[in-house]
Amino acid sequence: MSRGTKLLGVVIGVAAIAALIAAYVVFLTHGPTPYRPAANGTTVNLKLQTVAAVGPKLSPNENWVSYLVDENGTWKRSTVWTLPANATVHVTVLNYDGQSGLRNPFLAQARGIVGRQFTLNGKAMSSINPDEASHTFAIPDFNVIVPIHGIADDAKNQCEFAPCDPSMAHDTITFTFRTGKKGHYRWQCFVPCAAGFVYGFGGPMQTIGYMDGFINVV
Amino acid sequence: MWSKYGHGARVAALTTIGTIIALPFVIFWLGPNMPPGKSTNVGDSQVFDNTVLLIVMTPFTVFILVYVLYAVFVFRADVNEPLRDGAHIRGHMPSQIAWLAITTVTVIFLAIFGSAELLSSGAGGGQGPHPIAKEKNALPIQVIGQQWEFTYRYPTYGGVETAQLVLPVDQPIAFHVTSLDAIHSFWAYELGVKADANPGVDNVAYVTVKKTRSFQIRCAELCGLWHGYMFDTGQVVSSSQFTSWIHQQQKLYAGSMKYLPPYATSYTPDPTFRAG
Amino acid sequence: MTFARRLVGFNLLSAVILGAIGYYLGWWLGHQITGPSLDYFGDTGQNDIALYLAYFVGVVGFLIGLGFANYPVQRLLGRPPSLREKEQAGWTRYISLCTDHKVVGIQYLIGIGAFIFIGGLNAMLIRFELLTPNQHAWNGNNYLTLVSLHGTMMMGMMTSGILGPFANYFVPIMIGARRMAFPRIEALTFWLLMAAGFILMTSLAYGGIPTGWTGYEPLSDQANLGMDAYVAFFALVGLSMTLLGLNMLVTVITMRAPGMSWGRLPMFVWGTISTSVLMALAAPVLISTLLMVGMDRTAQTGFFNDQAGGSPYLYENLFWFFGHPEVYILALPGMGILLELLPVFSRKPLWGYRLAVTGMLGIGLLSFLVWQHHLFVSGINADVRPFYMLSTELISLPTGFIFICALGTLWRGRIRLTVPMLFALAWIFNFLIGGLSGVFLSDVPSDVTTHGSFFSMAHFHYTIMGGLLFAFFAGIYYWVPKMTGYMLNDTLGKWHFWIMFLAFNSTFGPLLVIGFLGQPRRVVTYAGYLQGANIWVSVSAFVLGASMLLFLVNFVYSLVFAQVPAGDNPWGSKSIEFQLPSPVPVHNFDRIPTFGPDPYPYGEGVAGGAVQRPAITPARPER
Repeated sequence: MSRGTKLLGVVIGVAAIAALIAAYVVFLTHGPTPYRPAANGTTVNLKLQTVAAVGPKLSPNENWVSYLVDENGTWKRSTVWTLPANATVHVTVLNYDGQSGLRNPFLAQARGIVGRQFTLNGKAMSSINPDEASHTFAIPDFNVIVPIHGIADDAKNQCEFAPCDPSMAHDTITFTFRTGKKGHYRWQCFVPCAAGFVYGFGGPMQTIGYMDGFINVV
Repeated sequence: MWSKYGHGARVAALTTIGTIIALPFVIFWLGPNMPPGKSTNVGDSQVFDNTVLLIVMTPFTVFILVYVLYAVFVFRADVNEPLRDGAHIRGHMPSQIAWLAITTVTVIFLAIFGSAELLSSGAGGGQGPHPIAKEKNALPIQVIGQQWEFTYRYPTYGGVETAQLVLPVDQPIAFHVTSLDAIHSFWAYELGVKADANPGVDNVAYVTVKKTRSFQIRCAELCGLWHGYMFDTGQVVSSSQFTSWIHQQQKLYAGSMKYLPPYATSYTPDPTFRAG
Repeated sequence: MTFARRLVGFNLLSAVILGAIGYYLGWWLGHQITGPSLDYFGDTGQNDIALYLAYFVGVVGFLIGLGFANYPVQRLLGRPPSLREKEQAGWTRYISLCTDHKVVGIQYLIGIGAFIFIGGLNAMLIRFELLTPNQHAWNGNNYLTLVSLHGTMMMGMMTSGILGPFANYFVPIMIGARRMAFPRIEALTFWLLMAAGFILMTSLAYGGIPTGWTGYEPLSDQANLGMDAYVAFFALVGLSMTLLGLNMLVTVITMRAPGMSWGRLPMFVWGTISTSVLMALAAPVLISTLLMVGMDRTAQTGFFNDQAGGSPYLYENLFWFFGHPEVYILALPGMGILLELLPVFSRKPLWGYRLAVTGMLGIGLLSFLVWQHHLFVSGINADVRPFYMLSTELISLPTGFIFICALGTLWRGRIRLTVPMLFALAWIFNFLIGGLSGVFLSDVPSDVTTHGSFFSMAHFHYTIMGGLLFAFFAGIYYWVPKMTGYMLNDTLGKWHFWIMFLAFNSTFGPLLVIGFLGQPRRVVTYAGYLQGANIWVSVSAFVLGASMLLFLVNFVYSLVFAQVPAGDNPWGSKSIEFQLPSPVPVHNFDRIPTFGPDPYPYGEGVAGGAVQRPAITPARPER
């Protein structure tokens, strides 16, 4: 083999490896763009829905539970949100999922939200029966946690696959919390709601984009 | 004058000089500043332990570094000069025996010393459900690890559960660490406490904090997605502040206390407990 | 034979094709299996049985495609076996089943090298993430997958990192044999490892691995499908390790040439022997543990689930019962290479031969008695901890023997600082720091703070990377001229060494401190006051990665372009492999040599020194 052929071979090899590495890095960084809800001064409205099965259109894992966010009228499976610092965030959660029950009943009491109370279908309260919890919305770094009440097993017109519309059986929970300083904070569900996984915490409970996400406070 | 002495004497001299220079630095600066710091009794014990380890290691380290550098500089041959062999030494029984004796004595001393430190106070480590280095009149605090947050229960205050850890100063504390799902590890860094949280297991660790301060709590065992975010800040406050804080928590969390199971040293979460 | 003709037949191409067919067949079979305990597959959307079957049937297809079934099948049919696997020339030997131990050695070198670079790439990506605590480069779960892939790939590949390339190539030569005891099994260990590495990379497509290389239950039970790739990888690696160890042991026990008694074996062979004993005894524990994990994940058994009557402690104990000998499997070959090279480059006999052998065997024996030091604060019975503290600290005794023998070999020698010697000397420095940090970890009060922190991580990187990997490079620079016939460039080698050594210490030295300052392992965010230190470590890590690229440049340039002939004995070594032509001919020796009384016949006053010259007529190298 001549020197030229060898050089060509090495160059092709290096280029192939560089392309593979580039593809790898792209694969690792691939993820959703954060959603930034419109801000009204220092007030932000965030509308979320939690579903029992996310469905084949929104995910390759059609039976996974998930949070969805209302992005200007469309429901998207996106859990990375950008919020302003020192703002007041009004959150509405439409829960279409059934009751799983909390493993640690302590987490059924709301913490860190304005007025220490949330409303469940219009009624104000500060905690629910832990066995009736379907999910929680918690931002541990802000010491915020709100239990999300689940619909009864025998409720009529239950939603099968996301996105669900308000005519189907659901519970509405609203609460308000304040964001603090700039930073990058995680939020998660604490109810073992990942069906089929040991301790209910695998799958969607450990994958960003379903039951976990980030809040970027800027 | 230097050339009057053989290589052995020179290395011994350099080692001695090096050790004499290094030891005060180790004993007076490095040792006392070793983590985790001296805020607690177990922290003191660990710092002392680390200091002794450093002191014992110093002569060995200096010797090996001095020896290798000396050998490489003094016995060096140029790669380009013709190949000549070194001295025909296949071994030296007195050196081997001396080395064996010194290292054995050192190792056995370190093992005995470490055991003594360990058995005197438990050194802040999790000792399992049947601790052998116990403290009398310890305030029990249960640390519950769950994916991905630590919560804390105070059984002597009605079993109230809180999301913050506040401790009274100058009071022996018994941490009962357990988990509700995967294996976590409760690491209160500045207190010098680390105990793994295993499901169904009560892992007990003792500490007495000597001054009021805040401290980091981090999870030290990979437990899933948010393992890195499973951190907290704890507070050590005066006894009166502690009492008023815990009463405040009891009022605040009266709602959830109704639903909490009776306090037990470990719980039995059902692993197949999953959505239907 | 034409290129096309060479491509037809049992080689890597047919192996990949049959492997892919096997994969889909296994996947399909897995979906046919149903049962009441498997209902949860519907909810999770993850059929673990299908993936396991896909992997294993795929591996079987891969091995059949390589030709491993040819000999047994032909014998069963009463036909004489084909001799394709005994082919003696041609580049296609390197991509097929070849029973020449030298070809397997080179296959190992390239294969393991490739996977180590992939593992190293993951390490660079991890350090990139750790530049800041608040911004995240890698989406969500990918960081934990990077951490797990880095650790798993490195541990799986480096266990055979020295035995694979160098012991396979040189142990038969050093004992005067023409082959290993079981050449086909030798080739099998290599191809199993390659299949395993590929399987581990596919975990990315299945959701990654969240547990780190230790795979602790119950988290590994919870994990996504990618965890099955981990289980399959380590099962295959365990099998490869067991076979490799057994093969080495049988070879050394039964195939030594006349004159090669146990007391005359080169230190590299002693290192190989002690490692092989550990491999053969510890790896089966890993395979059984993984079988239990697989059953927990598929058939919902409760081995490691405390509510089902099992215990996560069982996993920890089983894993570390393998895991601790495993790390000595990593350390011992490095010691073997160190003690093999020091006499050559000091031109002196090995100091304290018997002491060194005692040290290696002592480390091997003691390594089975210390595993609970990984569980000191996990809630084990507090009474047993002093015993394990003692046994762990006792391991520093035989390790000390190795050190004193290394130091003694330098004494009044004529030390030539060639590139292999530089790496060997760096081994001494790095393993010293690694060993001392190990003493801290073995001491329970100190371990309370350092367990699960970066101190522990820096400790094992100092011993495994600073020890084993530096010894690996020493072996490469020392033996690649013999294996290929071409010298590696000396200047580039020295640049590689110095950049690597300084960058390595700059990366892991501060990590010892960072661990002491409270940063746990495997975390994606850390306390703000540690950011400066983490940036320093990350930048040093990038420089370390650059030094590896420099090595690659040297490797490719010297072997493909410059091709400076090495001659038979570039280092003036009196060891037998350097009395043979470079590269070593297919049949190794014309006549089996007879060995003299001294494996290291250096030193002034030794007449000619070379009582070891074998009676051969050097054959011209075959290409």
